Amino acid sequence: MRPFRYERARDVPSACTSAAHPGTRFIAGGTNLVDLMKLEIEAPAHLVDIGRLPLNGIDETAEGGLRIGARVTNTAVAVDLRVRRRYPLLSQAILAGASTQLRNKATTGGNLLQRTRCPYFYDTTKPCNKRVPRSGCAALEGINRMNAVLGVSDHCIAAHPSDMAVAMTALDARVETIAPDGSRRTIPIDALYRPPGDTPHIETVLEPGELIVSVLLPPPPPGRQVYRKVRDRASFAFALVSVAAIVELDGDRVRAARVAFGGISYKPWRSAEAEAALVGAPATRASFDAAGIAALRDARGHGHNDFKIPLARRTLRATLAAAASS
Amino acid sequence: MLAGGPALAQTTAEAELQRETVRLRINGRVHALDLDPRTTLLDALREHLGLTGSKKGCDQGQCGACTVLVNGQRINSCLAFAVMHEGDEITTIEGLATEGALHPMQAAFVRHDGLQCGYCTPGQICSAVALLDEHRAGWPSHATVDVATTPALTDAEIAERMSGNICRCAAYANIVAAIREVAEGEGA
Repeated sequence: MRPFRYERARDVPSACTSAAHPGTRFIAGGTNLVDLMKLEIEAPAHLVDIGRLPLNGIDETAEGGLRIGARVTNTAVAVDLRVRRRYPLLSQAILAGASTQLRNKATTGGNLLQRTRCPYFYDTTKPCNKRVPRSGCAALEGINRMNAVLGVSDHCIAAHPSDMAVAMTALDARVETIAPDGSRRTIPIDALYRPPGDTPHIETVLEPGELIVSVLLPPPPPGRQVYRKVRDRASFAFALVSVAAIVELDGDRVRAARVAFGGISYKPWRSAEAEAALVGAPATRASFDAAGIAALRDARGHGHNDFKIPLARRTLRATLAAAASS
Repeated sequence: MLAGGPALAQTTAEAELQRETVRLRINGRVHALDLDPRTTLLDALREHLGLTGSKKGCDQGQCGACTVLVNGQRINSCLAFAVMHEGDEITTIEGLATEGALHPMQAAFVRHDGLQCGYCTPGQICSAVALLDEHRAGWPSHATVDVATTPALTDAEIAERMSGNICRCAAYANIVAAIREVAEGEGA
């Protein structure tokens, strides 16, 4: 591991000011960053430890939602009774990810900003445009069964690995940040991630030194929430495909639906196409299949991951069926 | 990591720039260590304090052999910088037995043959001790059908909650039996 200067942040403004310098990273739980530093895929010269900052609460908001501090651990979110009762989708998604040991350490902000698990991002003997800009993409012609099928480019087909963020995307979460100049902004979670295009090494819209301080959950929408994850083993594995669905019925018809996919794009993939296909449709297998076809219309496989396209459709169908059952 | 000559020289020179004094409360005793900030909690325990019960398996958070309790919660000590745990209360496998008597979970692993080679066992036992606390606190898991409820500690729940600890000898059935026995003894 490359040496680095360690700084324990005293407060948010000084943390942001320090982190605005090139080569500096925030560190909170460290479950992803420490691993990448051991491999020298990440080699920050300076680490700003935000582990003592007061961003550690889950608070009710005036609008009837919850504000989750950036430093709240994945475990603390998943086991919170308010989350379990009002946002069971989010508890389910978090509990479907990683192991208890990792969830106890990993934080809300860090989970959003974790890096891809594309094997070629990790293999420093292979080209990767995300790790070394303009070096090429070994995944395009490589073993790409874990890679993305939607929204990606010929420069990078890496998938975002989070489960938590998929649920938050279906819940219309907003990400609150503070910049080094003290300015605050609120970013819809769907707009946090940048499409890879020809600059896949730039993954989010965050500016240098801009710190995620919290995630805002609006009041839960009506309807039943279900998260379903399909993976190579029963526990502690990244998703091949996952689906977060919220379905509100009006008799036998769908009044409102929210659909987000994990494992198939550079970000949690909210599908407006699937949602449009569902609204007003009868809550039947045919409608759920039509939603899947609409959602994956623009999907493109790269060989090993071709199976993800039908798998995503079928996982959507099963998840919608569960969400539409009483 | 492998590094070339110049990179290694640079590494050594820069590493000498910063040492951090870290106070860790481990198994009830305070230790002050002078550490390179790159030192993981696992390496601080094993290489600096001689507490070699916590094991280095994968060194990337996937196997669970390094599991310790920090302020009562289980974590992978291989993915934690020691300097970030200043002032924290850490319990390792060495801290579970009291006055020579095995912790009930240790005794249950022995009774049920919850091991073969034993390399993963300290991590398994630390993890299992935390698992019972988590269940007592009402935490759900991925195996819980309705996350708003507090589930019974079935074998499926135990297996899911232990998925962060790999046993290459595959003593899983006996590990689950050992944990179930301790849980039942406590009325879980």
